[in-house]
Formats: sequence, structure tokens, C-alpha cells
Amino acid sequence: MEMTQYFDIFIEESKEHLTAINQQVLLLEKSPEELSIVNEIFRSAHTLKGMSATMGYEDLASLTHCMENVLDSIRNKKISVTTQLLDVLFASLDHLEAMVVEISEGGSGKRDVSKTVRDLEVLEKGQQSMPVSQIDNEPVNSAQTFDQYEKEIILQSKEQGFHAYELSINLRKDCILKAARVYMVFEVIEQIGEIIKAVPAVDMLEAEQFDSDFKLSVLTQESGEEVKQRILKVSEVDKVVVSEIYPGMLNDSVHSESEHPAEKVSNSSETKKENSSAHSTGSTVSGKTIRVNIDRLDQLMNLFEELVIDRGRLEEISKMLKSPELNETVERMNRVSGDLQNIILTMRMVPIEQVFNRFPRMVRGLAKDLAKNVNLEILGAETELDRTVIDEIGDPLVHLLRNSIDHGIEKPAARIAAGKNETGTIYLRAYHSGNHVFIEIEDDGAGINRQRVVDKALENGIITKEMSENLSDKQCFELLFASGFSTAEVISDISGRGVGLDVVKNKIESLGGLITVDSTRGFGTIFSIQLPLTLSIMSAMLVEVQNEKYAIPLSSIIETAIIRKDEILSVHNQKVMDFRGRVVPLVFMKEIFEVPPLIEASEHVPVVVVRKGDKMAALVVDSFIGQQEIVLKSLGQYLSSVFAISGATILGDGQVALILDCNALIK
Amino acid sequence: MLNEQKVIIFQLKEEEYAIPVHEVKSIERMQPITRIPRTNSFIKGVINLRGVVTPIIDLRSRFDIEEAAYTESTRIIIVTAGSIDAGLIVDAANDVMDIDAESIEPPPEVVGGVDAEYLQGVAKIEKRLLILLNLTKVLNPEKITVLQPLESGK
Repeated sequence: MEMTQYFDIFIEESKEHLTAINQQVLLLEKSPEELSIVNEIFRSAHTLKGMSATMGYEDLASLTHCMENVLDSIRNKKISVTTQLLDVLFASLDHLEAMVVEISEGGSGKRDVSKTVRDLEVLEKGQQSMPVSQIDNEPVNSAQTFDQYEKEIILQSKEQGFHAYELSINLRKDCILKAARVYMVFEVIEQIGEIIKAVPAVDMLEAEQFDSDFKLSVLTQESGEEVKQRILKVSEVDKVVVSEIYPGMLNDSVHSESEHPAEKVSNSSETKKENSSAHSTGSTVSGKTIRVNIDRLDQLMNLFEELVIDRGRLEEISKMLKSPELNETVERMNRVSGDLQNIILTMRMVPIEQVFNRFPRMVRGLAKDLAKNVNLEILGAETELDRTVIDEIGDPLVHLLRNSIDHGIEKPAARIAAGKNETGTIYLRAYHSGNHVFIEIEDDGAGINRQRVVDKALENGIITKEMSENLSDKQCFELLFASGFSTAEVISDISGRGVGLDVVKNKIESLGGLITVDSTRGFGTIFSIQLPLTLSIMSAMLVEVQNEKYAIPLSSIIETAIIRKDEILSVHNQKVMDFRGRVVPLVFMKEIFEVPPLIEASEHVPVVVVRKGDKMAALVVDSFIGQQEIVLKSLGQYLSSVFAISGATILGDGQVALILDCNALIK
Repeated sequence: MLNEQKVIIFQLKEEEYAIPVHEVKSIERMQPITRIPRTNSFIKGVINLRGVVTPIIDLRSRFDIEEAAYTESTRIIIVTAGSIDAGLIVDAANDVMDIDAESIEPPPEVVGGVDAEYLQGVAKIEKRLLILLNLTKVLNPEKITVLQPLESGK
């Protein structure tokens, strides 16, 4: 079979299943008694196993298989959920993830997992001797018995219109690859239903430790005859006997195999349709979705950008022509394209959950390593962000979380001494506000030690003695983001090394965002990140410098003003102005950009006050054109690093206007 | 006849230059160019080429030939080399020709004021002398020295 076409789907789905398993295992840790969670994990693991076996990644399949065995033992109540068990599960998940990553990068997915496999086997066998029903050891030929859990499933699915069949399958005596046939039979059945039980057990079947016949208990909506026919299509299957399992039979531990009347089958196959949407065990209802390649969305976005440009052009034409009918049409088009823009933008939006999902695992691991008790509370995981931002935001968040666990949360003893709950809490919050998304990481740890920060900054020469004396708290905390700064007493490999927070800050600023920190000594620290919803369309102010047009992103503008020439003051050879009581330096755009002079400056000077963090500057321009939605385009590879220009946009008249990078203008 | 190459021929001052057809995306008339501040003088700016912002290089100034006023025959040749797209301003572009690979000779040190570094070779066809450009070298971004930021707005 040609597999390459399924490759992408395989990778995508494997990742999804792994994420799901990860989440569920974490849930399981919180409520170890909840069998439905085990079930959920089992299902994902099982699908993963099937997929990887089909794609020929045997190591992946075999490790998943071992996991499955353990899970099976849990749900059969042979073993109970312990921390040790969870650790092994997590370890196997790490292996699985690594394998999938390797495969996606073109590798073979081979990996030495023998230790984890051994651990899993020990777990599975170690507690198996507990006095619970020894199902696996019963003679092969006897009718199947079901434990409480399986009975429950059968009863429930019966209510939802599923049939439970006991299949007794005989392979031909001369069959060589029995395990392969078993696997194919399983595949066939899984297309139409679910296998809830196998005698002998699945691992024995796969190890070919059976004679030539085996029994399966199957839940399906298909008729018995259909199931039989499908299985018979698998070659080397000699005989299939189908018998329905009735709820009544479940109460007795032993029952005889009985061929049921044929009309029963047809009867119930009619009723199945009504309930076809209900799935016996599905716990999460997923909306109807399709997968779309991100490239196609990008293309759609590009086309839409073109449309926005033409819309701008149309607006200009209609302003010139002053025809009411044209005006009306253009306005209507504006509204429609506005809606269209929203839809396309939201199509590219993905819930931040994707990023947040991996944090609980990470926090758990880190807290363990550091011998701290940390509880991570995630709020607003459904908050949506542009795909481009999502891809970039993961690393900074990991860094901040590590930072909070390492430096923020105290050791349990210190927490108790401070009269706090032994377990520290980190809140990870995401929410929308206006055109921005806010992400907050708050811990209830020790807070920032102001004195230590100042001492450290002095030591590293980031500030001078005089500066240190009249620092506000805020300015002091800002020092954390200065490059070459680390307050950890012992540099750990978790955070520290002094490259951390300034890198985080740079990353977030490169995404057009802001990061601030606030802290109360003894009560905790909060990092707030503000991010734009999207990176490709933004609001900007168009200005003219001589006869050149520039766009200034609205996000960095505080205010525009027109000042008189005599309001320009001079301090140390630097022209400044008074802006609401603050002295703001003036930046003459035509000088900075060496614009050829054409127009004489008038008595009144238009300025745009922009900011970068706490700093401000007033850009002196020649006139304001107005506010506009612009589409950000790159200048291309040839012009990758132009001073103070972050990109270009195409205006309504088809001309290119450059977008100012205010961060480069303010120092 | 096996080693023939189709080239676009353009003029710069009195010389004729050639670029392989597969490196040329289109030939455009002069159009308004948005200047990019504080870049090399041979970078004239960017244009909107059907929705794509494309940098424009004045080839005369790139090769240190004195600049001339743009005329009716001035053209922008949009070329592509590797991952870089750019437009080259030339005096005129008016011919397409097949050149036999055997007629290409290695370039002498300096041809028409252009450093041999930027040349692939010289082809003599009948009485014409065609200079073949090495686009990758001409478009080498390392050659763009972006001026350092001024001390400004503290």
C-alpha cells in the first residue's frame, strides 16, 4: 500500500493522540479511581498502536502495546494507579513523543525503549497476582466471562443500539503468520466496531501463543452476518461463529454458545440507525471540523490582502467621483470585506490550548526535580490567537513558567514557615481584551527581592550607584529583563544562566507585544504579556515626511499633536518638547531618513508621540494623512535589515509605503 | 547546437549585457519607486510588483558607472537568483538571443568598467560583444552595507 500520502495524517493524528493521552494521564493522577479516564487513554493508545503498526513503525507500536497492557490491567482492576506507574507512563509518553518527532523529521522512529518496556512489564505482571478473577488463565475453549467493567460497557452500548457479539474465529491449520491474520481481523473489526475482550489475551494472540482459534467480544452496530462476512474476507480464516451476547447472559458467569435466530439480527439492525450518532464511550463531543493545510490558509490570506488593497483603491476612486451609488456600493463592500476579514482571521486562529497543553506535564516534572509542590491552574485555554503568534509564543512561556517554579515558588518548608499553603500555585491565564490577547503567569511565591535585584544590577554594571537610589519598584523589576542578569543564587539548568528574561522580552517585542512584571514581596510575582491578535493586518497612522509616505503602527502611538515652532526647546543640543509635563525628545524624521528637502517647514509642526515600553519620543513629520488598516508585507530577503523599517505596505493608489519600526527610533 | 542558451540582452551605457532567460521574471517600464532611507545609493527603493514588494537596483550605480536620467527606453528587469527577487534598472532591454556555449570566453579583468567578479563571461557573436552577468554575485546581499543608526532621540 502506498503510505506516503497518509504520512502527514499519521503524524498529525499521532501528535493529537499523544496530547490527549498526556492530558488524560494527568487527570488520572488527580483521580486515580476514575476508570473512564483509563478507558480514554486506552482508546487513544490503541488507535496510536494501530496506526503505527499500519505505517510500519514497529518500535512505536510495540511500546504502545506494552502501555496498553498496563492500562488494560488497570481497568480490569488488576493493578491500581500509583505514582510509580504514572511515572513509567509518562516516561513511555516521552519516548513516544520523541519517536513521533523523529519520524516526522524523516527518521525511522527507532529508539531503544527496552528499559521502559521492562518497567511496563514489571508493572503489568508485578501486581497481577492479586486475587482478582484470573481471566487470562481460563481454558481457551470455555465461553467468555466478563468482569464488572466489561459487563457495564456491554449493557451501556446495548442501550445505545450496539450489538455485542461473541466471535469465535478459526484460522486455517496451515496458517503461517497467525499473528498477522489476528492483526488483520482486529483491523477489520475496528473499522466497524470495538473489541472489548479477546481470549486468549491480545498479547498472547500477537505472540502466536494460541492454537488456531480465538474468541473476541465485539461491540458494533453492524449485523452479525455483516461482521462475519467481513472477517471471512481476511485470508486464511477458516470459520467464524457469531453469537450475540444478551444482557441476561451477563449475570451468569458461564453460558453456552448459542446461535441466535437470524431475524433478531435484522430487527436490531433497523433500530441501530436511530442511535447511530451516539457512541458508546465517547466522552468529548467534538465539533465538525476539517483539516486545512496552513499553506492554503496563507494563500487565502494573501488573496484577501490583495482585495483589501483594491478596496482601498476603490474607496479613493469613489471619494473622487462623489457618486452616491458608487459610494453606497463601496460601503457595502467594505462591510462585507470587513466580515470576510474577520472570518479569515479567525480561521487562522487556534486556541492557545495547543501551547498550554504541554505545560502541566512540564510543571509536574520540574516541581518533582526541584522538590517543590506546585499546582498549575490554567484559565482561558480556549482563548484564540493567530497561528503565527502561537508558533512563536511557546518558548517564552516555557521560560517564564520555569522561572516561576525555580525562583518564585519556595520549598515546602519555607512556605510553611511563611504561613502559606505547602503547595504553591501558578496561575496561567489567557484572555482577550480589545485587539490584544493577554497572557499572565502569576505565582504565589516569594516575590522579587528588590534589594537583591538592585545589588545584582550594580554588580553587573547594568545601573550606576546614583541610579539605584531613586528607582521605582517598576523600574527595578524592569531590570530583570536587562541582558546579562540573573538573580538565582545557584545557577540551575532550569532557569538562570542570565540569558533568560531579556531573550523572552526580545521575542515578545518582536511579535509586537509587551511584557511587564509586578511583584509583592512575600506574596508572589505576576508576569503579563500583551500580544496582538494577528501579525499580518494592523491599524496604522499614515504620515507624510516631505512627499514620502510612512505608516506608523497604531499600537506604538500614544497621541498625535501639532505644536508651534516656539514650543520646541533645546536641552544639551537635543531638541525636546513638553508633553503633558514630561520632556520628550523630538526625532526629526526628515533628518533621520535623509529625505530630500522639498517643502519648507511651516509655523506648526505635526508630531506623533510614540512609545517603547516606558520611553517616549515625538516623531516630527510634515503632515498626517489618517488612520488605515494596512497589510504588512516584508521587504524581501534582499533588504532584510533596513534601519527603523519593519516592512512595507501597499496603499490604495498602488504605491508602496514603508512601515516604521518605532522601537529602533527610541533608545 | 546542444549547448545553446537563450539570453535577454540589455544595454548599460554603450555596452551590451546578457542574462539567461530563466533568471528573468519580467521586464517592466519605469514606475514610481518608494525610496528606502539609509541604504546603499544603488538601491533605488521598492516597487509594488502586482502585490509583491520588490527591491529595485540601479545597475549603473551598482557597477559604479555614472548615473543617467531615466528615459522612455529605461526598463526594469525583474530577475530572480536563488531566493532573492529584485528589479534591475537598465538603459534599454530589447533583444532575446541564443548563444552557443562555446562562444563564451572567460571575462578579462575589467569590461566596460564592470569588475570581473560580477561577470560570467564574454560572448562574441558576429560583431557584437555580449557580457554575461553573474546574477548571484550582483545580488549578493552581503554587499549591502546598511548604515549604522544615527545617534538619535535618546
